[in-house]
Amino acid sequence: MNIQTTLALIMTTTLGTAGLAVADKDSYALDQWKATPKTYLNKAEHEQYLKECGSCHFAYQPGLLPAASWERIMANLSDHFGDNAELPATETTDIRNYLLNNAAGRVNSSLPKKILRDSKAQQPVMRITETPYFIRKHDEIKPKMVKDNPEVRSFSRCDACHTRAADASYNEHEVKIPGYGRWED
Amino acid sequence: MKTKTVLLLLLTCSPLVSTAANVVEERLQTYKTAGAKNFSAAAGQSLWNRQFEQPDGSKARACSSCHTTDLRQAGKQINTGKLIEAMSPAINPQRLTDAEKIEKWFGRNCKWTMGRECTAQEKGDFLKFIQSQ
Ligand code: HEC
Ligand code: HEC
Ligand code: HEC
Repeated sequence: MNIQTTLALIMTTTLGTAGLAVADKDSYALDQWKATPKTYLNKAEHEQYLKECGSCHFAYQPGLLPAASWERIMANLSDHFGDNAELPATETTDIRNYLLNNAAGRVNSSLPKKILRDSKAQQPVMRITETPYFIRKHDEIKPKMVKDNPEVRSFSRCDACHTRAADASYNEHEVKIPGYGRWED
Repeated sequence: MKTKTVLLLLLTCSPLVSTAANVVEERLQTYKTAGAKNFSAAAGQSLWNRQFEQPDGSKARACSSCHTTDLRQAGKQINTGKLIEAMSPAINPQRLTDAEKIEKWFGRNCKWTMGRECTAQEKGDFLKFIQSQ
């Protein structure tokens, strides 16, 4: 990685995480970003997170959104995409910490880095499905396969199409859209 | 069946079987201290199936919107499409075994469905109904 990219990445991190904690750990952050990503995406493993945030939908991996997005989500649980997902305060704190520590920009994995890089100048979105990276990767998929597909209905259901989503694997060769079969392009 | 086997069976089963019953009993006592009385599965069922009109004009909501009217069947989270295991403790022994979990979901689901918290009386009636299925 050249210096320019590295700098750009650091700026993105700082922006994307609303200036949290990075400033006083400059050298640490630099070392992290210089290193080659160690994983594609880490699995969601926090027990309480899986239980609480996996009861209404697939438990999204924390690396899929920047910290600032998770902050907004965790601050608005009683009005959560039209549903009520409120939690007792202690659980909210535990889960928020887990999400923030493992958010895009805080882990050395390749997919979170791409998601963060593409969202740089933007306000933190509340949805993975609204990140520029996500939109770009899914723009060839027709509404009849998603919105009008009774077995999918929404892009938010990662595990409806990505057969190994729970293993944090989103390889395009593992995609199977219900009613349409394997994805070939 | 020999007495010994029966005893053994009773011993093995009783902790599991009694958990949902104990938890519900403890909840009902708590609701009574809060002023509720004479819990009724029938009242719980009718509230379960009642459609609540929404002030913003969106589709009316009921407990059965997600859990269906047949508690022995699996339901579906209507906003996300995710499967919800059967609510009946007879079918799904995990149900009604954790007081905190019950209160957490009463909190969310009553507010989302009815637009307000459930009263102690309503919660007791719901538990009686779910337990009876
Ligand atoms: C009571 C049900 C419920 C619970 C509990 C719940 N959610 Fe959600 N969540 C929803 C609904 C409904 C949506 C919108 C789904 C859609 O548009 O298809 C959603 C969407 C999301 C999205 C956006 C997905 C996208 O489109 O990119 C994120 C992120 C999310 N939830 C995180 C969480 C977290 C973190 C928790 C735990 C603190 C949680 N959810 C718990 C109901 C819930
Ligand atoms: C309707 C089915 C469907 C749903 C739902 C869906 N995806 Fe995808 N996704 C695809 C397809 C198809 C591709 C491959 C697109 C291509 O290569 O043209 C893809 C590609 C991807 C890629 C890029 C993989 C790569 O190596 O290039 C990622 C990452 C991804 N999806 C993540 C997600 C996440 C996270 C969710 C849930 C928030 C999700 N997807 C929901 C169908 C879906
Ligand atoms: C928007 C969908 C939705 C609606 C409407 C809904 N629930 Fe639920 N409910 C859920 C989900 C999701 C769970 C957690 C499922 C799980 O543990 O598998 C749940 C769990 C519960 C539990 C916990 C059971 C246990 O011990 O595991 C109770 C009790 C409950 N709901 C009662 C109600 C009542 C009463 C109403 C109506 C006032 C209602 N629900 C309406 C989605 C809903």
